[in-house]
Amino acid sequence: MTTTKGRPGGYNSVVCIKQVPDTKKVTGQAMKADGTINRAALPAIFNPEDRNALEAALKVKEECGGTVTVVTMGLPKACDILRTALMCGADKAYLLTDRAAAGSDTLATSYILSQAVRSLKPDLVFCGRQAIDGDTAQVGPQIAEKLDFAAITYLEGIEMDGDYAIATRDIGTGVERDRVKLPALFTVTDRFGELRPMDVRRVMKYKRAKAPVENGGVAPEGDLAIGQLSCADVGCEPERCGFAGSPTNVNKIVSVVLAGGEFKEVAPTDEGVAGLVSELMADHTIG
Amino acid sequence: MANFYIDNPDIAKTIDALDLGEVATLLEQDFKFAKEYDMAPTSAEDAIDNYKRALDVCGDVVGNRIAPTAEETDRVGNILNEDGTVTYTPGIKLAIELLGRSRLSGCTIPYYLGGLNMPCTILTACNEIVSRADAALMNIFGLQGIAETINAFASEEIKKEYVPKLCDGTYTGAMVLTEPDAGSDLQSVKTSAYQDENGNWFVNGVKRFITNGCGDVLLVLARTEPGTTNGAGLSCLLVERCPQVKIRRLEHKLGINGSPTCEMVFNNAPAKLVGQRKRGLITYVMALMNGARVGISAQGTGIGEAAYRAARDYAAARKQFGVTIDTFPALRELMCDMSVDVQAARLLAYYGSKSVDLENGLTRKFESLKGTPEAMEVRKRMKVYAGFNKMLTPMAKYYASEMSTRVSNGAVAVLGGSGYMKDYPVERYLRDARITSIYEGTSQLQVVAAIAGVTAGLYNDVVADVYNGIDTSAFEAEKAEIAKLAAEVDSAVAYVKAHPEGKAYHDLHARQLVDGAIAAIVGALFVRFAAKFEEKKPALAYWLATKFPTAYAELAKAKSGYMASVTDFEKIAPAVVQED
Repeated sequence: MTTTKGRPGGYNSVVCIKQVPDTKKVTGQAMKADGTINRAALPAIFNPEDRNALEAALKVKEECGGTVTVVTMGLPKACDILRTALMCGADKAYLLTDRAAAGSDTLATSYILSQAVRSLKPDLVFCGRQAIDGDTAQVGPQIAEKLDFAAITYLEGIEMDGDYAIATRDIGTGVERDRVKLPALFTVTDRFGELRPMDVRRVMKYKRAKAPVENGGVAPEGDLAIGQLSCADVGCEPERCGFAGSPTNVNKIVSVVLAGGEFKEVAPTDEGVAGLVSELMADHTIG
Repeated sequence: MANFYIDNPDIAKTIDALDLGEVATLLEQDFKFAKEYDMAPTSAEDAIDNYKRALDVCGDVVGNRIAPTAEETDRVGNILNEDGTVTYTPGIKLAIELLGRSRLSGCTIPYYLGGLNMPCTILTACNEIVSRADAALMNIFGLQGIAETINAFASEEIKKEYVPKLCDGTYTGAMVLTEPDAGSDLQSVKTSAYQDENGNWFVNGVKRFITNGCGDVLLVLARTEPGTTNGAGLSCLLVERCPQVKIRRLEHKLGINGSPTCEMVFNNAPAKLVGQRKRGLITYVMALMNGARVGISAQGTGIGEAAYRAARDYAAARKQFGVTIDTFPALRELMCDMSVDVQAARLLAYYGSKSVDLENGLTRKFESLKGTPEAMEVRKRMKVYAGFNKMLTPMAKYYASEMSTRVSNGAVAVLGGSGYMKDYPVERYLRDARITSIYEGTSQLQVVAAIAGVTAGLYNDVVADVYNGIDTSAFEAEKAEIAKLAAEVDSAVAYVKAHPEGKAYHDLHARQLVDGAIAAIVGALFVRFAAKFEEKKPALAYWLATKFPTAYAELAKAKSGYMASVTDFEKIAPAVVQED
């Protein structure tokens, strides 16, 4: 039973989402010789925990009203995940695409995204805890810092109470409940609950949604238009974007491919399973 | 975890092979809805793209979210509470919510009532996908016939009140027909309904074996004309779940444990009349039952698919005598049979559904064209498909349901001892499958329903329709074989018709004739599929080589004149001796 109280007009949420290579499907071809990711070898997907972040925003909207806006920074192909978000119930989507953003590390990325988020004046910002390609978990908290919003990480539940949110966050050994004044930013884990299914009526409609860059430079009519932004549109200083704004220097990346070695067959009996469990406990894999 | 649509390309290919272009054009009424609804398609291609996207959503939700709950649902079952309400298993509750959110629960309902306006063929594919995960869930999800019936026959006011909530999963429904003394024979329904002085209806009586009787919207068959004893005294009433409706028992069943089968009592429950009085059984329930039979053909196909996959996967991994067991010819034959039988059921179920779509679409078109020269041509085609459906719906239900029991039994055989254990899902498939050839009319009753079309030679027209609109010239040899079998069915039909024992001989051998006609029709469907996708050629060849000899042997029985099973019944199957 929810204790959400909400407030008149509800809450406007922005969700930062990212298209990532599906690292679950990593093979030997996943890395190029220079140590960068071979994106062509991996299917591009909606970053898993960003789906949980979108679910959090949709839940708040469902319970209290308001709007959900999704933003992604990336190549035009990233419109695929913006369309998915619209099909699940987001009201508006923005693609932030700009050559000037190429090569951004987490500092530059969070700067550019924070500028985009600032222009949308949200009450709540949701990000996935981390993206499965970089696994840094830095972008969300860095956005909060730049916007001077409270940052609540590891969110697994949220209730609203007027101008406050009551957040349940995973602290590893249990949960912590925080009462936080809005505006605030939350990074969401997969414990929040899975993203609701796409509404097929919205699928039929928003399959036609496009950003101008996908549509010969013209925005489609009405709410089928995916907003398209450049770094300049959101007031970024050029020296803080892309390579110029990224102090991170990747010295060397080593491609480690774990090859399958010998395998051991475990008998499907109580003894077999018990043997496996004691072995795993002995080498501290579990327990 | 997998998307049950994407990981089974046969579904999309079957839809492509059948070509839903005309169905889409009829349903969208020449794409006029696109002006009114931003989601409506603008062309047949656009509509078919929507259908596939809907199936993709269905495959994702069902495969990734619902399938993992099926084992628990089967194990724990639903709970009857002391106050006469029912609590669903967590898996069933989740499934209703997710499928409602996706709007797949309103698959065939028009846009203005919150549905997707999609064909019956797509609902059939959804039902197959759902049943592969959890056959029991299909009994709730597949009750879209409730919304369809309200949409087809109820007043606009009732439609707008209930149908949108059935589409989005807020409500589930039930068809409340069966009583302790009225099963297959629904004419003897005793539950009654009366109107008070203000014109309000109330229902009293007991109903039994009601799937999802704990649902929110109950379509109840009740006697509104006191003193009558036949079907003409029955009407259809809508009862909302209320304290005057109590579930007093949940049946303990062999399978489909997630589907609550309720015995329920109506004690002056407030009701609304659906459509006209006295039409309840004769018109509305007959339409509802037909839809339900199409649903069961999909359910059987889905269970068969699940069982085949489990067996095929297991056999590829299980080693005995130093090799995987899928290398043994006997098991290879068993699995080829399972695979081709599942494909055959899918073809028959989807093609039957497409014929339903054409009948419905052409009926609507005829009504809009009445009085124009074009109308008679439309009416003629509508009648053709109406005739097909009377035969194809029971055939598909009969074939797919029997197939699901056979194939899940085969899966248990492939898994051997493991298949008999609860550790693997195949024993559940076998338990779930067994009901499909019983409810919504037993296999014997489906044969009775299909035989009139068969003795009228309708399968020849169906085979011609299957070849229509696709180049099958590369398959002349196969088509000749199918024509030869069809001719043998003709010959057996003539023999049975001319037999001096008349009805008794006809009833005894109806099954052989129906089986022969099904073998020919499925053969033609495989030809159509192979003409579109070459990879289907081996399955076509397998069907002709292995199923036709059986069909001929069965037809030979029909032509043998032998009927001792009727005349010498007491000697061959002696009465059971009772101990004094």
